Parts: sequence; structure tokens; C-alpha cells
Amino acid sequence: MSNAMILEVEDLGVSFDGFKAIDALNFYVERNELRVVIGPNGAGKTTLLDLICGKTRATSGKIKFKNKDLTKLSEHQIVHAGVGRKFQTPSIYENLTVRQNLELSSPGGRTVLSSLFFRRTARLNDRIQEIAETIYLVDELDLSAGLLSHGQKQWLEIGMLLIQDPELLMLDEPVAGMSVPEREATAALLNRIKENRAVIVIEHDMDFVKDIGRKVTVLHQGKILAEGPMEKVQSDERVIEVYLGH
Amino acid sequence: MQRLTKAFGGTSGLIQIAVIAAILMIVLPATTEIFRLNLFGKYLTYAFVAVGLVLCWGYGGILSLGQGVFFGLGGYCMAMFLKLEASTPEATKIQTTPGIPDFMDWNQLTELPWFWEPFHSFAFTVFAVVAVPAFFAWLIGYAMFKRRVGGVYFAIITQAIAVILTILIVGQQGYTGGINGITDLRTLLGWDIRTDGAKYVLYYACCIALLLCLLAGKFIINSRFGRLLIAMRDQEDRVRFSGYDVANMKVFVFVMASVFAAIGGAFFTLQVGFMSPTFIGAVASIEMVVFCAVGGRLSVVGAACGAFIVSWAKTSLSDSFPQIWPVVMGALFIGVVMFFPRGLAGLVSDYGSKLMPGRKSRSKPSTHKPDTASRSAAGTTPQEPA
Repeated sequence: MSNAMILEVEDLGVSFDGFKAIDALNFYVERNELRVVIGPNGAGKTTLLDLICGKTRATSGKIKFKNKDLTKLSEHQIVHAGVGRKFQTPSIYENLTVRQNLELSSPGGRTVLSSLFFRRTARLNDRIQEIAETIYLVDELDLSAGLLSHGQKQWLEIGMLLIQDPELLMLDEPVAGMSVPEREATAALLNRIKENRAVIVIEHDMDFVKDIGRKVTVLHQGKILAEGPMEKVQSDERVIEVYLGH
Repeated sequence: MQRLTKAFGGTSGLIQIAVIAAILMIVLPATTEIFRLNLFGKYLTYAFVAVGLVLCWGYGGILSLGQGVFFGLGGYCMAMFLKLEASTPEATKIQTTPGIPDFMDWNQLTELPWFWEPFHSFAFTVFAVVAVPAFFAWLIGYAMFKRRVGGVYFAIITQAIAVILTILIVGQQGYTGGINGITDLRTLLGWDIRTDGAKYVLYYACCIALLLCLLAGKFIINSRFGRLLIAMRDQEDRVRFSGYDVANMKVFVFVMASVFAAIGGAFFTLQVGFMSPTFIGAVASIEMVVFCAVGGRLSVVGAACGAFIVSWAKTSLSDSFPQIWPVVMGALFIGVVMFFPRGLAGLVSDYGSKLMPGRKSRSKPSTHKPDTASRSAAGTTPQEPA
């Protein structure tokens, strides 16, 4: 079982002043899988990603990524292990250009000394170009990132993760605030980047979920309510009651 | 060669430094008498602190209200060496215990404290001028940044440390010279630093050290580390979750800023001829931040000019109206923050691009550093740290 699974979350729990945001959660993601996590507000979706990437520390349980226990690693070590995480609101460096944003996110030059004497190689330039094409920002490479539209900022942050080439990519509401054409472009983007890596997406937009989703996990009050293919989950009565019904 | 110039911010950056070098080392010495030049040298020692603050505060978003601590540690290290050299048994033979600094004798000390002993050696002193403040800054930085203390909390803690150090120095009069400081310094390795000739030499040495600091500052800003500083200031979490150990980066820039301040402090002692707690306390530390803000906290050259100009204004004004200076300084700070947050350097670059409209279109889109014009066009002036 361990071989097929890239991420194994077992008996995970976290409580904030007695409130259990995640409660005895078991959650598994396979290699090369795209998993969508849905659930009503306060279900613990973002908290789950926070726990995996180390932003929040678990009260109990284990998070195993490639058989490594992430709960013992610090945030940057988790990134080095191969986990990338996109935040809900676009987190990019607005005072730098798109190219500089991508360059800073590339591996290498991550210590004080190596960043002081860092030189951009031809290979990195090619990689930046390639990522920029993937995220539809080739023409904006030398533009200050603060000038991008909201949707472009979201894509840039996805690009900043792609350049790290993570084995597990976690996206928190990547299409929030996007126009319909932008959503379609993002769905196409996700379908392309899920090759060779596992992706976890939190999303509210059901049409978008249908565009990208195979397997869906429904969270409710820090627990898994249902899990399975989209059609099955949609017809689950409990899911309809707590989430889809309204 | 082109790579080399690029590492220091391109030709325009090097031209700025060359202009500063020409003004400091040719124009000023040619037009002013030595008394005034010595004063200018004193103002320049604050420019070291301002350059450090540009890296730490302007780029890194870490506001330190305790840079006087490091200025003082550097200055005191140098003063201890000079004082020991001035306290030969012959020169102090009227004391109860000859051969120890005069203030120790006045405070009934009968032997040199252990931590003064190594300062008999000039090599150790030069090492200590850099190492003592660097270690102290590392300690503060490591303790704060690993625990994610930042913003105003960090500012308040550094301010408190400045107050504590002042109280400590004043209270331990027998070991430190107390409120009077360490005075009556005479020679450096047998060379009388009070003569006009020595003052010229020290002024030039100070200028060269400052220019090297400016170059080092430019190099840091234009490296990947410099862009990382901006990134940490604007989106700390994103940097952390891109695989960087943010605390290490912050500790490094804080230590760099402190080392710059300490070098300035050492030159202060050499040129002014004494060191006292008034130059390192809370008020002095805040003044240093004002120097940097007025000059422009995103420009090392601007901040250095700011330090020079504001301290000159301070001397001139407090000569004639001693009570008015604190008010003027407060007004200056509020004015800068409200009306020109990028300081004098911001004003110069704004007017510069207006006067030379062709310049912007001629310059190729920079892949290395966003020029100030495009940054201001984006309306994204750097945010004040929370």
C-alpha cells in the first residue's frame, strides 16, 4: 500500500482552544492522482493543507509523504521534500517582475551564501520560459507582478510552484475570483500539470470540479463525509444535506 | 566586466558611487579647512549606519530602533584600545594605580578588568570592532527571528536593548567610564590622532571604508539575496513555503547592518576622539533611522547622503537654537513618511526621469532589477512593516 500512496494522513487531529478543526482524519493520495477536496465553510479544508505543509502543527496523528513523517519537519524542509502549496489569496511578490518571481522560487540559491553569489544559468532561463508558456504569461515576463490581473496572479503563483517541480502540489481555491474564460484556461492548465505528480485542489465551484475532478473528498466538521468519484459523491444524501443542497 | 558592473547595479549605480567619491575625496577637502572636514568625517560615520538600515529596513522590512547599540559597540571597542594606549604608567604616574585608565582609578579600581586585557592588541581590537557587534546582533536576531518576532515588536525590543545598554554603561562607571564615556584619547600605535595631518588621513580612511560599504550594499541589493529581501518584506509566508529558511536570511541581513554600524562607530571614535553613551542610546538610535528615511531607505547612496545632510543640519541648527532641533527632527520624520516615503533618493529619481524623458524608453527592459520609475508607476511603494 505504501508504494502506491504518495501521501498518507493517519489519525490526524488538530484543535484550536478545544475546537477540533481536524478530527481523527484518514486521508490517502496516490501518485499521479488529482484529488479535489470540497466541503462547507469551516469544514477544515484549508487547515488540512496547513497541516500538510507545516504551517499549522498537528495535535495528534501522522502525515507521511513518501514514507517521511512531515509532522517533524520545518516548513522549508517540507518544501525540499517535494511539497508545494498555493495559498488562497494570490501570494506573489508584487514589487518584482514575473521573471524574478519565478527565479526566486526556483530551487538552488536557497541559503544565504548561495543566494548572494547566485548566477542565472541558461538552463534556468529555459525553464522560466517553459513555465511562463504553461501559465500563459510569456508576454508578461518583464512586467512588475503587481500589474497583473487577479487571474494572472493566481497563475503566476501556480508557476512559482511548478518551477520547484514538487511531487505533491496543493492548490487552495485556484479559480476563486476568476472570469469564465480564465476558469477554463485554469482547468486546462491543471489537466496538463497533473502529469507526473499528485495534485490536491480545494474548490467550491462545482462546474470547475467536474472539469478536473476524478476522485472527490468531502470534508465536514474536520472529518471525511464521503469519498469517491464525482457522480457518486453528488448523489450521496448526507453530502446533499450538508453541502450541495443549498 | 559587464557582469561585474551588473553585480553592483549597472553603470548608473557605479556612476553614483564615483560621484560620491569625487565629492568626498576631492571637492570637500579642497574647499574646507580641517576643522570642518573633521566634522564632515563625523557625519560620514552615521552614513555607515544608514547604509546598513537600507538593507535591513528598506529592503528586508526589519525596523531596528537599536542600531546605536552596534555603533556604540564598535566605537567602544576602538576607544578601549586607544584609552589603554593613552594610559601608560608614565602618563598616569600621579594615579593611585598607575597604568590603568584614569576613570578606573577615580572609581577605586586597582587593576585592569579581564575584558579590557585583550584590547592591548590592535589586531584583536580590529577583529573585535566587527566580531563583538556581529555576535551580539546574531544573538538578538537568532532569538527573535527563530521565534518569528517581527514588525513593531522587534523595533520595540531593539529600542529597549539600546536603553538597557546605556543604563549599563552609565551604571558601571568604573569599567566603562560612565556617562562621560571614554575620553582623552591620544595615539593610535604611537601616531598622534589629534594633529591636523592625522585628521586628514582618518577622514580619507573613513571615506574609503564608506565607499566599500556602499559597494557591498549595492552588491547585496543586486544579488538574488537582495530580491529575496524584498520578497520577505512583502510576502514572508510565500518565501518560507518556497523552501527558504526565512529566519536565517533575516539574521544575516541584521548582522550585516550591525557590522556596518560598528565600522562607523569605530571611525567615530577615531575622528571625534572620544565615545560616550549619548551616541548610542534610544534617541541616537532613532536619529539614525531618521537619517536613513530622509535619504531614502531604498537607496544606499541616498541614505548615506541623508545621514550626512541631516547631521550637518543638526549641528548647524543646534548651534544657534538648541531647543528647536528635536522638534525639527520630529517634523522631518513625519514629513518624509507622509509626503515622500522614498526620501531624497525618491525625489531625485522622480525628477530625474521627468527631466530626461528619453532615458526610460532607451533603457532596455531590465531583467535584473525593477527600476524605480516602473516601480512608482505601478503605484507599489514599499509598505511600512506592520
